[in-house]
Amino acid sequence: MMKKLKHMILSFLGLMLIWVLLTSWDLQEIYAGLIVSALIVLLSLGMEPVLGDVKLTPKALVFGLWYIFVFLKELLVSNLDVARRVVNPKLPIKPGIVKVKTTLHSNIGKTILANSITLTPGTLTVDIKDEYLYIHWIEIKHDDLEGATKDIVQKFEKYLEVIFG
Amino acid sequence: MELAGAIITLIGSIFLFLGALGLLRMPDIFNRMQAGTKATTLGSILFLAGTALAHAECTCIGKIVILILFIIFTNPLSSHALARAAHHIGIPLAKKTVKDDLAKDEKKNKNSQTGEGE
Amino acid sequence: MVNIIYQIAGAIALAAILLTFVRMIKGPTAADRVVALDAMTIISISLIIFLAATLQRVIYIDIAMVYGLISFVGVVAIARYLERGI
Repeated sequence: MMKKLKHMILSFLGLMLIWVLLTSWDLQEIYAGLIVSALIVLLSLGMEPVLGDVKLTPKALVFGLWYIFVFLKELLVSNLDVARRVVNPKLPIKPGIVKVKTTLHSNIGKTILANSITLTPGTLTVDIKDEYLYIHWIEIKHDDLEGATKDIVQKFEKYLEVIFG
Repeated sequence: MELAGAIITLIGSIFLFLGALGLLRMPDIFNRMQAGTKATTLGSILFLAGTALAHAECTCIGKIVILILFIIFTNPLSSHALARAAHHIGIPLAKKTVKDDLAKDEKKNKNSQTGEGE
Repeated sequence: MVNIIYQIAGAIALAAILLTFVRMIKGPTAADRVVALDAMTIISISLIIFLAATLQRVIYIDIAMVYGLISFVGVVAIARYLERGI
């Protein structure tokens, strides 16, 4: 029940933020946005409360903000990496699909983790089965599960664990 | 301010170009996806941010912010769906590929299931 | 000066679209073509914003948003179809 309430409040706030960004700071439009957001939240009551797993402690908020910076840095590094590989005439790749293990339990945490992995250097999530992620790695550095997990997953996991649990 | 926006836009367009070049040069679909997803994501983010910076007086900045967030969230999702589908229908990997854990595990699953059935 | 840099950026993005188009024609499998299409849409969104800025038409931004939404749904739908169908 608590989870559902949290999901409702968070999705309402998110929808309201999107509405304000889409329109302007006009009083009438904000009223319309309140009605529309409330309607969407009520209509989606039957769905699974995915946002209910988000933790709202101060530590989680700080980690969430810090996570954005970590993510942007990794995105930049990954792009320079791709650029380096593409421009090189010899095309230095050694691809393969490796299996890694995650300790995250919530669905939204796994989703964000998979998305982050896709946007970071040389990795692309191919499939998720329970707690194992299958990742296409453009240059395999570790052959075993532990090494790959340490290299790919853990730099995000320590933040996501605090935010989503 | 406008000059900074234009330069950021230029960097973004270079990333877009490199992504497209990678799409053309890479040997198999997964490697193409790697180049196609990452480079176009950052490229378009920089392109849009540069444009927004050059026209900072416009009231439409909010819409561009939403567009950037939308690209960050949906681009990896769609490439993930495609990668899954491509692996599922068995598109061959490039010759350079070293290992494939997913195919191995799927085979194992299939064997154990048929084993139980008999 | 600013305008020239901005237009060069647009031209490079246009060249990128041409490259993805080549992959779309060449692509040996359907999935390759969809990957090219996906990249092409993202680049087109950037180009639509570029047009909106150069032609001073704010309304084009809405077109870019709707285009992005529809292309995302379309790519996911094609991916699901490929997974089950063939």
